Amino acid sequence: MYDVVIVGAGVVGCAIAREISRYKLKSIVLEKENDVCCGTSKANSAIVHAGHDALPETLKGKLNAKANLMFDKLAEDLDFHFRRNGSLVLCFDEKDMDKLYELKARGEKNGVPELQIISGDEVRKMEPNVSDQVVAALYAPTGGIVCPFNLTIALAENAHVNGVEFNFNSEVINIKKLEDGFEVKTKDKTIRTKILVNAAGVYGDKLNNMVSKHKFTITPRKGEYNLFDKYVGNLTDKTLFQLPTKLGKGVLVTPTIDGNLLVGPNAVDIEDKEDVSTTREGLDDIMEKASLSVKFLPKGNIITSFSGLRARSEKDDFIIGEAPDVPGFINASSIESPGLTCAPLIGVIVSDIIKEKLNPKLNENFNPKRKGITRFNDLSLEEKKKIIKERPEYGRIVCRCESVTEGEILDAINRPLGAKDLDGIKRRTRAGAGRCQSGFCISRTMELLHSELNIPPTEITKFGKASKILVGTNKESI
Amino acid sequence: MERRELTCIGCPMGCTLLIELDENNNIKVTGNACKIGETYAIKECTNPTRIVTTTVKVIGGKHPTVSIKTDKDIPKDKIFDCLKELKGLSVKAPINVGDIIYENILGTGVNMVATRKVESC
Amino acid sequence: MNYDLVIIGGGPAGLAAAVAAKEEGIDNLIILEREEELGGILNQCIHNGFGLHTFKEELTGPEYAQRFIDKVNELSIEYKLDTMVLDITEDKTIYAINPKEGLLEIHAKAIILAMGCRERPRGALTIPGTRCSGIMTAGAAQKFVNMKNYMPGKEVVVLGSGDIGLIMARRMTFEGAKVKAVVELLPYSSGLKRNIVQCLDDYNIPLKLSHTVVNIHGKERLEGVTIAKVDGNRKPIKETEEYIPCDTLLLSVGLIPENELSRKVGVELSPVTGGAVVDNHFQTSVEGIFSCGNVLHVHDLVDNVTLESYSAGKNASKYLKGQLRKGETIKLKATDGVRYTVPHFINPSTIEKDITVRFRVGDVFKGAAIAVYFDDTKVLNKKKRILAPGEMEEVKLASDLFSQYPGVKTITLKVERS
Repeated sequence: MYDVVIVGAGVVGCAIAREISRYKLKSIVLEKENDVCCGTSKANSAIVHAGHDALPETLKGKLNAKANLMFDKLAEDLDFHFRRNGSLVLCFDEKDMDKLYELKARGEKNGVPELQIISGDEVRKMEPNVSDQVVAALYAPTGGIVCPFNLTIALAENAHVNGVEFNFNSEVINIKKLEDGFEVKTKDKTIRTKILVNAAGVYGDKLNNMVSKHKFTITPRKGEYNLFDKYVGNLTDKTLFQLPTKLGKGVLVTPTIDGNLLVGPNAVDIEDKEDVSTTREGLDDIMEKASLSVKFLPKGNIITSFSGLRARSEKDDFIIGEAPDVPGFINASSIESPGLTCAPLIGVIVSDIIKEKLNPKLNENFNPKRKGITRFNDLSLEEKKKIIKERPEYGRIVCRCESVTEGEILDAINRPLGAKDLDGIKRRTRAGAGRCQSGFCISRTMELLHSELNIPPTEITKFGKASKILVGTNKESI
Repeated sequence: MERRELTCIGCPMGCTLLIELDENNNIKVTGNACKIGETYAIKECTNPTRIVTTTVKVIGGKHPTVSIKTDKDIPKDKIFDCLKELKGLSVKAPINVGDIIYENILGTGVNMVATRKVESC
Repeated sequence: MNYDLVIIGGGPAGLAAAVAAKEEGIDNLIILEREEELGGILNQCIHNGFGLHTFKEELTGPEYAQRFIDKVNELSIEYKLDTMVLDITEDKTIYAINPKEGLLEIHAKAIILAMGCRERPRGALTIPGTRCSGIMTAGAAQKFVNMKNYMPGKEVVVLGSGDIGLIMARRMTFEGAKVKAVVELLPYSSGLKRNIVQCLDDYNIPLKLSHTVVNIHGKERLEGVTIAKVDGNRKPIKETEEYIPCDTLLLSVGLIPENELSRKVGVELSPVTGGAVVDNHFQTSVEGIFSCGNVLHVHDLVDNVTLESYSAGKNASKYLKGQLRKGETIKLKATDGVRYTVPHFINPSTIEKDITVRFRVGDVFKGAAIAVYFDDTKVLNKKKRILAPGEMEEVKLASDLFSQYPGVKTITLKVERS
């Protein structure tokens, strides 16, 4: 019997897992994909929002600014990249100024510190590439950027090292309520647990509705993005939002924590919870909107396009807490933006509920620190010299575009909850995430997966399941 | 009378060659801008041949495969038979450029030869 | 470590440059190669057709490379394999790494950049659809099939009719795949005519000109692509959409010179070629740094890479011997159908022999001529039955032209229709 089963290894599930690993609890995370961070958490704006958007009476509004402040300590403890680059909400029309003031007031109510309204000229002084059409902006110095993979992986690794089990390719297909808990069925096994946590992202409704009469529906809301080459990553240093207007919510233009430029997203409600395809209309739409914010959008420097699904319910707010009719079933559901920002705090909230219910002992061996993969590219010349001497595999570059060494890839494969597929390596090391998008390094990366994990080359996948790279050997079918 | 259409590969111009073959195998070529086109068309209609390049597996080498080629042209209609003949073949390292990997393939008198060096591991 | 000349890249460009420099008496030189063997991309180009100009015979890629590797060994030219250059500074200090020696700090008097090029990925085209497996560049597929004995797919569509795409259509066919179509956005192919005939026509592979891939389907592995005909503005025509089931999409949609290092050291790059701006000695905007081969501009024939790089190697030697004088330069201007020229500048003070100007045109021209103007005077008119963007062209500027027209400011190349 488990104390806690968490369904979903996205950023929310992993944040909860890490928080409960502070206690002596037998717990497990069940994830339907091959790795952590494969759903909503993997494809979003990667922003740590300051917290002025949501209405103060909503959970989103209450949690955002507080969660934002957790990131400095978390980044230090878990060794992931995070930067408070600040954000600007751009206003394009004098007539919209009252909306900008309204946003500022709302932010202050939500507890966002240091908000300022600045003039168009001040904006351009700060960010010279901002469009001349901008008349003013709301400046939020606490806005930040993070790598969602790094964040989620760090939380998961730390949870795992502190005792939480993880099972992948383990979709929950049935839940039975028991006297003292639940029986959770996956295709491979049946697990009994006292507490069941729903962090299943866009499938949160499915899970909730299996056990609770308080049903809700999650309608995936697709957002498409274009990612640009690092050459143009410095187009803006601050995250540029647009003040919502009659024409819609607008799109953002932001640097990423790794130095690329990111543009998007649009918002389209869809039916299929797996549909992360991009569309011509969507990509054209975000580019058109984004070009309002800056003087020049370097269209020729796009290196990839992607889309993500926001887990949005009809409640238009987070659903966090025990289902009223099912004791022990805790929802962390309908976590749409600013979900990435709020995840660490949601972890604490859910953990507190569990603590209340099970009254667990403290895990004396809990180690809040986690050391990430040493990034060769970030080292000084002296440090580079030293690490190659100690570990010669750091002297061989595998991914040229991002300067990722063999040492980093081996570390990504062999560390706790290590990478098992190409996307797993990419998200942990950035090998294949650069301008050639893995054209050069794919064969070497596959050789390393083959030799470290003993997977035959024809079985290696991009992201698990049927996403194989190779189909056979030469002349096999002639 | 048989008619065929070919694209000349003599130069980037890529003339469309119209070929007429009568019962006595007399060939008439039109559409060519120069003599190269005619020569090419006649060869293609009477005896089309190609160099075939492929790879075979290597055992005990620094590389898993070695690239090979026919040391002379082979008839175009024998290309796939030639490839089938090589299916499943593997050779032992070390291999040098020019080593015969498969002798007299399909009785054509043409050998498959290695086009790269593979050292033993 | 100190060297007179450091050559970055041991592919056809780097090898030819090294051989030339050594032949000119530069002994203290080294080639730095990131792969575990010399030869560069030629090692995976196992098809034949290389070397007709250089060796007067048809070789495969690995054979062509081997001739130069043999020469490098014969001349005892030093090289380091498995060695990646991380950075070059303005004072020509090169930082490189390899697993055996660790971090190397190499001081050079001259540098030849010969890093080659890379393929444009899917992302650069923003083709919408899913991000499943089964989509790769033709070059990546070529490495799997030719070097590793693995097939990346069974039912293939190739997007782009660049030479590697055409070659791979045939290679995949040879190894047991079915190539369903080669789809080309432009109304003409950017590949060599001979490759279209011998790689596609020979195997009845349809070449769909003025078509493109408009959608990619398949959640995990690729299941199919939607293609459509494009109009005069290269916009897809909705009514012409056609679904092709396939498990593989190979991309051959252009090559980009790999100039990350050149950028770091501040070499001026041409927005048209993506390569360095050079003078007739292949010297870049940074004194003592030269560039040649596909990192300078993308070639279609390796023979031209060899010629160009040989010349770059000789010029680097002259530089080291103090024989390259500085002086006023003449600008070469590409216009009216000529997209670019290499070199971009000519230094007339050091002209000893005819100067080869290589260039590409931006469209297909039939029965036109290449005209060369020294300021306003036409000095050359070269009639061409055909000019195509896929085929690199050249004109030779005789050395005595420069004495005939002293003080010339601009040399212009243009396409003139008769």
